[in-house]
Amino acid sequence: MSEKKNVLRLDNITMQFGGVVAVDDLSMEVNEGEIVALIGPNGAGKTTAFNAITGVYEPTNGMVSFLGAPVVRNHPQGKMKKQYKGSNAEKFASDPVLNPTPDKLTALGMARTFQNIRLWKTQSVFDNVLIAKHMLRTSNFFSATFRGNRAEEEKQREEVLELLKIVGLEDVQHELATSLPYGKQRRLEIARALATKPKLLMLDEPAAGMNPQETDELTAFIGRIRSEFNMTILLIEHHMDLVMDISDRIYVIDFGKLIANGTPEVIQNDQRVIDAYLGVEDDA
Amino acid sequence: MIDKQATKRKNLISLIAVLAFLALVLALDQIIKPTSRMYMLLTVLQKGSVYALAAVSMNLLNGFTGLFSLGHAGFMLIGAYTYAIFSIPSDARDTVYQYFDAAVRISFPELLGNALGGFGTALGVLISVLLAGLVAAVFAYLIGLPVLRLKSDYLAIATLGFAEIIRAIFQWKKLGPVTNGSNLLKNFARCSTFKLELGGTTLSLSTFVPVLIATVCIAVIVLLVNSTYGRAFKAIRDDEVAAEAMGINLARHKMLSFCTSCFFAGVSGASMAMVLSIAQANNFKSAMTYEILLMVVLGGIGSISGSVIGAMLFISASEWWLRGLDSGTFLGINAPDVFRNGFRLVVFSIIIMIVVLFFRKGIMGDRELPEVLGNLLRRHASKPAVKEAQGNE
Ligand SMILES: Nc1ncnc2c1ncn2[C@@H]1O[C@H](COP(=O)(O)OP(=O)(O)OP(=O)(O)O)[C@@H](O)[C@H]1O
Ligand SMILES: [Mg+2]
Repeated sequence: MSEKKNVLRLDNITMQFGGVVAVDDLSMEVNEGEIVALIGPNGAGKTTAFNAITGVYEPTNGMVSFLGAPVVRNHPQGKMKKQYKGSNAEKFASDPVLNPTPDKLTALGMARTFQNIRLWKTQSVFDNVLIAKHMLRTSNFFSATFRGNRAEEEKQREEVLELLKIVGLEDVQHELATSLPYGKQRRLEIARALATKPKLLMLDEPAAGMNPQETDELTAFIGRIRSEFNMTILLIEHHMDLVMDISDRIYVIDFGKLIANGTPEVIQNDQRVIDAYLGVEDDA
Repeated sequence: MIDKQATKRKNLISLIAVLAFLALVLALDQIIKPTSRMYMLLTVLQKGSVYALAAVSMNLLNGFTGLFSLGHAGFMLIGAYTYAIFSIPSDARDTVYQYFDAAVRISFPELLGNALGGFGTALGVLISVLLAGLVAAVFAYLIGLPVLRLKSDYLAIATLGFAEIIRAIFQWKKLGPVTNGSNLLKNFARCSTFKLELGGTTLSLSTFVPVLIATVCIAVIVLLVNSTYGRAFKAIRDDEVAAEAMGINLARHKMLSFCTSCFFAGVSGASMAMVLSIAQANNFKSAMTYEILLMVVLGGIGSISGSVIGAMLFISASEWWLRGLDSGTFLGINAPDVFRNGFRLVVFSIIIMIVVLFFRKGIMGDRELPEVLGNLLRRHASKPAVKEAQGNE
């Protein structure tokens, strides 16, 4: 196997809210073309890790690198210096702090979906995807208002239609996003993320609330996205069939801490993982 | 594509309707004389267009971007003063600035009028109006810089405070050479003096000009709302976190929306000065902001045609239809004991409460007039249309 390029890399990411350490010294990496899963029990800190990676939260400590360059970096400062309960407090103390807003990271090529679906509820299915193309525009405020951007707008609309065909939502494109059934809303969120032309797609529980049949369809769908878009994917999921089926590698966290990582076979046979997570039947 | 053709046809119909409306206003401007009983209609059109623009510009921010500002009167004040100050002709300057030495000694309508004739005067008015919007937008930028980063509630508080402060500052004696202190500004280029000489006949433009300004500005806002930026604004309104995650720079887009909204508030202020022939800081109280907000709510938050309808109804009711409630006779009933000064406000408030209670989403909701009319027509025409189709075959 040839050496794969690193897309995402976390070094010692710690996220502490007041006295609660939600993510504790998490290090992981996702390489080009891989599907990597992040799993763990409810409240383990998976969504928090996503938020710390994508700029929604500012991590308390640690570094996120994207496509080989550091994009987020922090160390305990001010009040947090005394309160800090994590480790490696000194590791990044002398490096400059990087704290970009989420849109900057999306512009670099990260795109995500949300565990609690966040579609734009007054907008149609089509417009939900089209709005995600806004960041790719080259036209300025005036030329866009006075329609000097017809060609670009036309091109973006065609791309949106193309995307909706791929995810199988073209027949409901004029409908209100929130009028769709749950499973289709999740698909729409994925389409919207893809519209930003990302290098890394991050899915937070894409199968939540789906029945086994829908989950199987989604599994195939994610596989298709990887092959069609040559996409690198990081996903959080509780449906173990899906995770074991499509992941190349899996990271398992519990109480914010990494407890295991490896291929699906390794994870399935890891005693700590079975004790902490796989042992208990959980279908949240 | 059928979709595209339909859109094109709809746009064409809208354009024709707007042009026909402008032509009608121009005609009314000539037909209705100041002595006529119908003159109230022109007054309503003048003031209504000022408030319609103000309401639409507020809706751009409150309704389409989900940012709540309560500083509209302040930005209109800035617009009114900027327009007035730069449109007072030199020979009127000393009578206006009675107690001060006027600091601004340039009048765009006069300057360009002298150079280019009548066309120059119009151009000068246009420049003063644009300047009014720009100055308001610059103030918005300065306020937005610290405030738009905070949670959106702060914007309402900060802009409300700003409007009150700006009203005091404009009446401050030290600024008298510019603002004329607490005295009003007058004698600038205004609606009652707008005329067009056409081959011997003189056309009055006193209603046409404010209506034209409002129409053009509202058309620009419609274009903006339907552009990629307008869609981004709506995304921010619907879900800010998702918008940011999809690469929309919140600070930049909120600033764009805020400054654009205030630009048009400034223009509506200029238009108000033109209509009233005076500019006085004390007229721009926060009550004016609340009135505009009421028009927006009445018409429907997130509907541009709703704001226009809301403003027109509001102005018609308060200036015209309910006038009799204050002056003794209403609907032919003569009861000076009941219908006396102040009663109009009581009735007016009750009507507003009823409307807000029973039309929760305003008259239009978040729909637009062409859509609503189109639906109505289609429902009405559905049966005859079948016959017609058969007849054509
Ligand atoms: N903004 C916040 N402030 C305080 N505590 C938080 C915040 N966000 C998350 N937490 C806490 O961090 C912990 C991890 O939550 P998180 O949502 O990341 O779990 P999760 O692994 O995604 O769980 P689930 O599988 O249920 O989605 C929880 O105890 C939660 O209460
Ligand atoms: Mg979660």
